[in-house]
Amino acid sequence: MFRKILIANRGEIACRVIRTAHRLGIRCVAVYSDADRHALHVKMADEAVYLGAAPARDSYLVIEKVIEAAKQTGAEAIHPGYGFLSENSRFVQACDAAGIVFIGPPVGAIEAMGSKSAAKSIMEKAGVPLVPGYHGKDQNPELLKAEAEKIGYPVLLKATAGGGGKGMRIVEKAADFDQALASAKREAINGFGDDTMLVEKYLVKPRHVELQVFCDSKGQGVYLFERDCSVQRRHQKVIEEAPAPGMTDSLRAQMGDAALKAAQAIGYVGAGTVEFLLDADDSFFFMEMNTRLQVEHPVTEMITGEDLVEWQLKVAAGQPLPKQQSELQIRGHAFEARIYAEDPDHDFLPATGTLSYLRTPEENRHVRVDTGVLEGDEVSIYYDPMIAKLIVWDTSREAALSRMAQALAQYRIAGVTTNTRFLKRLAEAAPFQQADLDTGFIERHQALLFDEKGGSYSPNLLALAALYALLKLNHERQQEATRSRDPWSPWHGFGGWRLNTNPTLNLRFALPEQENPVEVAVEASNATGNKNLWTVRVGEHKLLVEGQLNDDRLDAVVNGHHRSIHVADLHNQLTLFTADEQFSCQWLRPDLDSHEFEEATASLTAPMNGSVVTLLAEAGARVSKGDPLIVIEAMKMEHTLSAPSDGLVAEFFYAAGDLVSQGAELLKFEAAEE
Amino acid sequence: MSVIKSQINTRTPQFAENDAAMRHLIDDLHQKLEQVKQGGGAKAQERHLSRGKLLPRERIERLLDQGAPFLEFSQLAAWEVYDDFVPSAGIITGIGRVSGVECIIVANDATTKGGTYYPLTVKKHLRAQEIARKNRLPCIYLVDSGGANLPNQDEVFPDRDHFGRIFYNQANMSGEGIPQIASVMGSCTAGGAYVPAMADESIIVKEQGTIFLAGPPLVKAATGEVVTAEDLGGADVHAKVSGVADHYALNDEHALQLVRRAVARLNWRKLGELDIQPSRPPIYDPEEIYGIVGTDLRKPFDVREVIARIVDASEFDEFKRWYGETLVTGFARIHGYPVGIVANNGVLFSESAQKGAHFVELCAQRGIPLVFLQNITGFMVGSRYEHEGIAKHGAKMVTAVACAQVPKFTVLIGGSFGAGNYGMCGRAYDPNFMWMWPNARISVMGGEQAANVLAQVKREQHERNGTEWPKADEDAFKKPVREMYEHQGHPYYASARLWDDGILDPVQTRDTLGLAISASLNAAIKPTRFGVFRM
Repeated sequence: MFRKILIANRGEIACRVIRTAHRLGIRCVAVYSDADRHALHVKMADEAVYLGAAPARDSYLVIEKVIEAAKQTGAEAIHPGYGFLSENSRFVQACDAAGIVFIGPPVGAIEAMGSKSAAKSIMEKAGVPLVPGYHGKDQNPELLKAEAEKIGYPVLLKATAGGGGKGMRIVEKAADFDQALASAKREAINGFGDDTMLVEKYLVKPRHVELQVFCDSKGQGVYLFERDCSVQRRHQKVIEEAPAPGMTDSLRAQMGDAALKAAQAIGYVGAGTVEFLLDADDSFFFMEMNTRLQVEHPVTEMITGEDLVEWQLKVAAGQPLPKQQSELQIRGHAFEARIYAEDPDHDFLPATGTLSYLRTPEENRHVRVDTGVLEGDEVSIYYDPMIAKLIVWDTSREAALSRMAQALAQYRIAGVTTNTRFLKRLAEAAPFQQADLDTGFIERHQALLFDEKGGSYSPNLLALAALYALLKLNHERQQEATRSRDPWSPWHGFGGWRLNTNPTLNLRFALPEQENPVEVAVEASNATGNKNLWTVRVGEHKLLVEGQLNDDRLDAVVNGHHRSIHVADLHNQLTLFTADEQFSCQWLRPDLDSHEFEEATASLTAPMNGSVVTLLAEAGARVSKGDPLIVIEAMKMEHTLSAPSDGLVAEFFYAAGDLVSQGAELLKFEAAEE
Repeated sequence: MSVIKSQINTRTPQFAENDAAMRHLIDDLHQKLEQVKQGGGAKAQERHLSRGKLLPRERIERLLDQGAPFLEFSQLAAWEVYDDFVPSAGIITGIGRVSGVECIIVANDATTKGGTYYPLTVKKHLRAQEIARKNRLPCIYLVDSGGANLPNQDEVFPDRDHFGRIFYNQANMSGEGIPQIASVMGSCTAGGAYVPAMADESIIVKEQGTIFLAGPPLVKAATGEVVTAEDLGGADVHAKVSGVADHYALNDEHALQLVRRAVARLNWRKLGELDIQPSRPPIYDPEEIYGIVGTDLRKPFDVREVIARIVDASEFDEFKRWYGETLVTGFARIHGYPVGIVANNGVLFSESAQKGAHFVELCAQRGIPLVFLQNITGFMVGSRYEHEGIAKHGAKMVTAVACAQVPKFTVLIGGSFGAGNYGMCGRAYDPNFMWMWPNARISVMGGEQAANVLAQVKREQHERNGTEWPKADEDAFKKPVREMYEHQGHPYYASARLWDDGILDPVQTRDTLGLAISASLNAAIKPTRFGVFRM
């Protein structure tokens, strides 16, 4: 076994690999970029080597630097994690040349699977079932269109070199084909420098079921059963589970055999995943093989009791597979939810910022948290927005799912918008509980999974926010009083004492999607406000609240209902975490929102850190409302900003290729006079 | 300290009757205040709001620390004084906490006659400044006023305590280190222009605030120059060109924030020092004061029952408990502050006056604030009392009260008649603050006595002329006198004319005193030099 390995990755996967390696007595070398100087994986590792600037192309993707780091630290092997260099054959070659063990498959296997169309022809020869499609080299658009016609709409256009939903388009009808092809090609050429496309039948209600395979260098192979990753948005997995609901032993065996056949067709060694589309009639088609450890591998670990990283290390060290197929068994059911820094209510737009408040559920034999972040960490634009994974296990799917919902409620993050609330709704959605899964699940159940825009607010939640505000005020005033020379002065009271008038205190909260702040009128049970009992009026509702605040924990009583909630308070941006939901609002306080008064002129600002792709208008041009003005690329996606009204584009502040920071004014726009 | 043992039975019909009568007065007071709070009325308020301005009370709300107390003065100023309805005399004044500092706030109500200064507006403004000066409280002026009320110019402009005194006070307070901050949130014309100009720091609101010595019409008349108000003296002029304003606010809310920041920068410390303790509420319910006191001034009550419902833990150490018993004196705490209480429990005799003088001397010596609870028909009359020198004994008490330099707080909890008013620190004796309960009455003597005295004089005239004066005629003669005294002695009449700083719900007496004592501690407590006591 190795004595020291280097982990050529970051985030949760680097941390996860380090944990197993440490358990096996292997020392770990981390690598890091400027953005990750203080990251968790650096802290966990025994040593860490600096690679370069924050962009991955300057650090984690620079093969020479990674190899040099391994040499410098005497690492015998490199674990690539997933993403970055994990499926890069040049990197594997470089490892081989440097005499460093690459913990993964041999170059040949990676190359064979690297191109989707090439992979498919290999699989076709090996007798693995394929989705009908065109994988040819001839990329004449007319030909592609004719092939699409032959396959029958809807079809899927996919960049052969692509992944992660990039360079991928569903085409519903012939009329849309040309435009979809052009934009998929543009994405592909920008993303991978290769715009070769394949055309496939698009299955309407398919499930994404993948098989975990493992092969050793002795020519042995096993499969560690399947994972259902059907719930996706934009072709990115959201929740994965194992085993797949409704899977029969015979279908599992068929798929397992097909998966092993696929692996063996390319001389595979190590951990690999063979992805299939499973149609409603139990027919399945090979999609692709991922020649790495998958993000969702923990669900397999939970149901098999095996540590796949341990297996990887053993196999890479030349040892045989730890177990035979007959020794592997499925126990219970596991789910994994991916915690993304993104905004589900705004088209899953990636979010950046500081994780100013981060509380994870308690880990135990049912709950596992694979995270790469700590409170206070920055979620930057440079890397994948997935910041952690929550994995749960129980004896049945139903029990595991209820654990998932519970654990998600305990996953409390503020400072950066995340999808935890969305995940919880997903876990609690009836069709999900009934396992009515397919890759269009999220699309189909919009109403169930998303809030109505600008919807109403719950008076109870606002009352809790008000209670928090009151206790905070109380605390602040007490501290102020203690510091003052007149500590028991009634002037320290905050109950809104007024002469000959009922005392009132008005709190104001700004709610997301609501134009005007909401006023909450509070009456203290006594005028100096030092008794913790208040009557809170929210609209027509009158609620009696009292409570205690200990750090972020609020023990609240609202109309006699006791509950314990948590509050993240980031400069008065409050996020309330109750057992069932999460609620955000901005507590408007007199002194703390002076930025509101910065002179507001019509301006168009960058939605997040990114770069300018192209300017779509000329400076000085008159434009109409809705005309696209500028395209920003950020977090692997393009965002087009349009004219807010008719008017004049006075000036662009950036040119194509320039980097822009979130909130930066991009151009000066003068709205036309009414 | 000893705890007062209440003897009150709250289940007696008398208690219930008293309670109901007092509540009736308080309801009436609340009703009047409701009216007053509408300012210049719905229409004027709407017009004000449509310009993007906040109403004066809302301005104060936004200015104060969140939920902080606001001790408003003279809410019923100008009540039924003028033919016009001028609620609160068109100006809202009080003490409020801003950025942790107790400040005097003076806010014009532009919805009331354009915020112009009636004679009582001037008086109320000056009284707020007087409180600021005496208690060393920073002043915040939220200016939105058309200046002097022209039809009343003779009662507003020329005299010592008229409009000009506002700026005299600003200059002198600034000289004493009492900060003067002005925020111009509307017009600020003519004399009014000096409020921001005389301020230490001033703020002006964009497109709302204007400052000029003469408005556009006057300019046109004088020089023929045609200019808009904004170009003549708007925010852009004063913040960018003239330098009359120091800070430029985008709107009312912004201006109020800038004021808060200005106060936060004052480096303010309170100078008054007392031996303070944590505040403890009284052990008896203050609402019981209603049933104890009632509204019939002829019905006596033991003032200790009132004290028990005002002071910390109802603890009261009496001084000379068994001597001069018609005056109750003793030490207690209110919201943790030590106080000396001087309270009437009947007519003043020579002994009680000497006791009062002694006690006031003690408190002045020790730097303990004095609280006067007035319920006094006057000093005892008659030859026996004149012969024992009640005049010189009363004079001792008046001297002591007049000269005592410790903070003094006076509450009229019942009658305040004649020289009793003087000995018990009436308005003329410069208490830091003075309030009246709704049941109180104030006049040189009671209406009945006045009617009797006048009737007596009249009767003597008749007797000298040898004419008849039938009983019915005498009654008819006395009735208007009684009515006039009743009318003029009423708290609304008194408060309208600023003989006090406001009418006080008895239940709020404790908190009001606590706030006032704390505010008074912004100033250092000065040593006292007494005048000659006639022995």
